Amino acid sequence: MDDALVIAGKRFGSRLLIGTGKYPSHEVMKRCHEASGSEIVTVAVRRLDLNAKGEASLLHWIDTTRMTLLPNTALCYTADDAVRTCRLAAELGMSRWVKLEVLGDERTLFPDVEQTVAAARTLVKEGFTVLPYTSDDPITARKLEDAGCAAVMPLAAPIGSGLGIRNPHNIRLIRETVKVPVIVDAGVGTASDVAIAMELGVDGVLLNTAVAGAKDPVRMAGAMKLAIEAGRAAFLAGRIPRKAYGSASSPIEGLVD
Amino acid sequence: MTLTINGERRQVTDGLTVARLVTELGVRGRVAVELNGEVLRQAQHPETTLRDGDTLEVVTFVGGGA
Repeated sequence: MDDALVIAGKRFGSRLLIGTGKYPSHEVMKRCHEASGSEIVTVAVRRLDLNAKGEASLLHWIDTTRMTLLPNTALCYTADDAVRTCRLAAELGMSRWVKLEVLGDERTLFPDVEQTVAAARTLVKEGFTVLPYTSDDPITARKLEDAGCAAVMPLAAPIGSGLGIRNPHNIRLIRETVKVPVIVDAGVGTASDVAIAMELGVDGVLLNTAVAGAKDPVRMAGAMKLAIEAGRAAFLAGRIPRKAYGSASSPIEGLVD
Repeated sequence: MTLTINGERRQVTDGLTVARLVTELGVRGRVAVELNGEVLRQAQHPETTLRDGDTLEVVTFVGGGA
């Protein structure tokens, strides 16, 4: 059965999006990417280290024939900075897809949704395919969709916190509110968090620290792949309703005396 | 002439183009360049001559998730 994730008309075989930060080494990162099955990887845009001559670039460790690069605007605190970062990312020449992220607070890393919507409008006009990190607010999600974003990416919990799906009701409401893909971005800690997100009906999950920071990152990447598949399959299968009391699954008739 | 590259002041040969500077910096792989606050297209790198006092940002992809 074809169950591809489609973003802006592009088809992806995996519903897991993965980051490139905080791995113990580039080698481990590459193996995690392979184990995750992911076809979309986020990367950051930063000043070149002028004193690190000849160091192999990050792209050396990413199979760009299989993976779509999603440059991010991580740690931008204004729409202007985020737009500037996206323009630089575009000149790095991989694509015009961007993970838009405009933060509002250094402690929680929660998004500044007003600045995010403003940046999204500018970037869409400039021809970018915009996937914005946002709060778990359905109204903001709708505004981002109206601005022309290709997906919306509500947080599960603060970036890097590993707290899991803090507000499943809002995530489900966002899925009901917008037509574009909904990707849970940030806050998952382990495979069950990913499965819960997928069971809510979202279209994908973006994560980084949960894999990169695990004791065995490659094994965790494999676990995340299975969680995505299990959660998606359970969503499509349709879970039973929750009941307050027991309901035996063996027949009552024909019990031996 | 003196340029400010990624916040560092550097002495370079007069009349350098952006493309030539990138080569001299020993860069491996692709970079994007912002000159005095304006993002340059890759095609502009060989044809843009730098002037004394120019400020450049030279960026590349690094690891990151969010």
